[in-house]
Amino acid sequence: MNRVLITGNGAAAWGARLAATDYVPAFPITPQTEIIETLSDWIARGEMTARMVTLESEHSMLTAAGAAAATGVRVFTATSSQGLLYGMEMVYTVAGWRAPFVLVNVSRGLSAPITLEPDHNDVLAARDSGFLQIHAATCQEVLDSILIAYRLAEDSEVRLPALVNLDGFYLSFTREPVEIPEAHLVREFLPAFDPETLRFRANAPESQAVAVLGGGPYSYFRYEVHLAQGRALAAFDRATEEFQAAFGRAYAPFEAYRTEDAEILFVMMGSFATKAKAAVDALREAGTKVGLVRPRLLRPFPVTALRGHLAGKRAVAVIDQNLSMGKGGILHAEIADALYGAADAPPILASFIGGLGGRDIAPEEFYEIARITREAADSGETPPPRLLYTAAELREMRKLQTIAEAEHHMAKEAGKS
Amino acid sequence: MYRIRFHGRGGQGMKTASRILGTAFFRAGFEVQDAPRYGAERRGAPVFAYVRADRAPIFERGVILRPDLVLVADDTIVPVPGAGVLAGLDGHSILVIASDTPEDVWRSRLKIPARIVVIPLPEGEDAAERRHVGVRLAAAAARLTGVLGLGDVKGAVEEELKRLGPEATAENLNNAEVAWQWAVPHEGLVSERPAMSVADYERPQWVDLHAEDTARSAPIIRGEATSVEVRTGLWRVYRPVISHDHCVKCGLCMAYCPDGAITPNAQGFPEVDLEHCKGCMICVAQCPVHAIAAVSEADAREKETQPSLAGQGEKA
Ligand code: SF4
Ligand code: SF4
Repeated sequence: MNRVLITGNGAAAWGARLAATDYVPAFPITPQTEIIETLSDWIARGEMTARMVTLESEHSMLTAAGAAAATGVRVFTATSSQGLLYGMEMVYTVAGWRAPFVLVNVSRGLSAPITLEPDHNDVLAARDSGFLQIHAATCQEVLDSILIAYRLAEDSEVRLPALVNLDGFYLSFTREPVEIPEAHLVREFLPAFDPETLRFRANAPESQAVAVLGGGPYSYFRYEVHLAQGRALAAFDRATEEFQAAFGRAYAPFEAYRTEDAEILFVMMGSFATKAKAAVDALREAGTKVGLVRPRLLRPFPVTALRGHLAGKRAVAVIDQNLSMGKGGILHAEIADALYGAADAPPILASFIGGLGGRDIAPEEFYEIARITREAADSGETPPPRLLYTAAELREMRKLQTIAEAEHHMAKEAGKS
Repeated sequence: MYRIRFHGRGGQGMKTASRILGTAFFRAGFEVQDAPRYGAERRGAPVFAYVRADRAPIFERGVILRPDLVLVADDTIVPVPGAGVLAGLDGHSILVIASDTPEDVWRSRLKIPARIVVIPLPEGEDAAERRHVGVRLAAAAARLTGVLGLGDVKGAVEEELKRLGPEATAENLNNAEVAWQWAVPHEGLVSERPAMSVADYERPQWVDLHAEDTARSAPIIRGEATSVEVRTGLWRVYRPVISHDHCVKCGLCMAYCPDGAITPNAQGFPEVDLEHCKGCMICVAQCPVHAIAAVSEADAREKETQPSLAGQGEKA
């Protein structure tokens, strides 16, 4: 067994390498760049046979990825945050092409103001694009999810691009023990891409294009993507069952941690969810029956599985590391929607917003969330949405504002003279 | 779980130190998590890296708030508030500072409950680069925990530094051994903090945010006060020293300085604002007549403290 200490970015690069990727269109952005640097190193040293091309933007990078995938080669690419947004036109377009490839996003909060640290508004901006979407919580899961994502994307019943998300800093630059699967076992799990009708031969050129269509045919094609996403649920189960048989690691659509006898649940995505696991352990020690449910597969969204996990619980706290301005936590809304009308849905679904722009969530904050949620279960009253933001943070903010206001004043005075 | 932080400046090898310690723990059979933490532009700026090690899988993530051990490679950042060296240190924690200043001086200066141990700087160490301190701190940390062997540390040094070639590896193996020996009297000084009890946790002081005037709540900076407040001069490892004998007043250094830290004096000679010059050495590279020297900040400061010599560097 080859268990090594590598970063989340390193694990992503290993995923691309073990998948025997043919083509890597690339563009650098913090905190993703280490992925393409690692791949370019391997390619330069001959340890990996793939063609890497640095494009002039993420828009071109995603165009190249989609176009290459449409010729039937296996494509890997990666971006983050502003880069994903810059390429967003093509994110939607290549999904419409039904071009299967894997895009890794290293989450980083969006501008403005600017941050380098993670939250999920970047990847959630791609939520409705047609890309399949898998969220990893550990470096091991980053690597494994990439292999599973290829199986999903290339499945002839699905044929859609897949996005694998990992959090900047908390995973991208953090080393953890990762088991690197044996290359020959990966080849069995993920054989060479069989593109069937997706092909291009230079000696028999053909053109592929997408027509401008009216609402009728447009609706058909768009809804077909939606239905293909639906078929990806079964494809995910098939792929993860085989993965477990080959490598021993199980990846259900939801990670359920100590949920069976739990009365209340935390629900959250990404690497911060492992912090919630630590809190679950500590709270259980103190007698609170709490568990964690973490969506791994966000698109397609496994509604039935979610209902099963939440059925009969007294209360659920959804902790969103994102914010839909004017509405609230996106995951909270997704879960409320999935639970609507379910007979044994938990009566309390509380919303917490935390970890925006990499803002840490302290253990005490998880304990407090558990306390509030349990109280809500007792009283039957859902608490208002809560931003995790302390008085100390606000004091710091006030200091910055005092400086900004002094500046504004100085600028005005200077303008007068 | 062991929770250990390394503090230094960008370029002083804090990430490497954390990786050496992380790898040493991993080789000894521990579950490990190690990571550096830095922002947008970091050479010379305070940075830190951290290591968690446990016998069980690690769920905790992110910056270590309550460390068992903090090691500081560059003692000039200890008082810099933004560096966060002292954050979370309490009676359980050990603070190791690489410094020529004795322990009792640090104790009376800092007045903190954490135990302070000073590890001497290697002889002849370049005060700015501190090339050898990181490896020493990693090896010292390993022995301070009392659960790792010299073999784990040496194996880790080889693994993490093999890309630098055999010579550098050999030198650093020696460094590690020196620090390992130094740490003999402190073996086992650092212990794992007992788990925090949920029963008496301190409730977070959350506040409700309210909608405020747009003028106040939009992230707009209108003037230079913020830039003045941020003393980027603290990041400097090298200081640009301009020789007015050679300067031809071409103004290139002023145009290229990314911090606008060079302005002309009454005679038209460039003067460096040392509070804000971050030490990037772009001016040094740009000056067409090589009138700007890169002087180690520590040397420059030492000269400053000798009043008779103060300021001479700039005029000579
Ligand atoms: S080193 Fe030179 S260019 Fe760089 S900040 Fe200082 S004065 Fe400006
Ligand atoms: S670039 Fe050199 S010569 Fe030109 S003004 Fe600056 S110090 Fe003088």
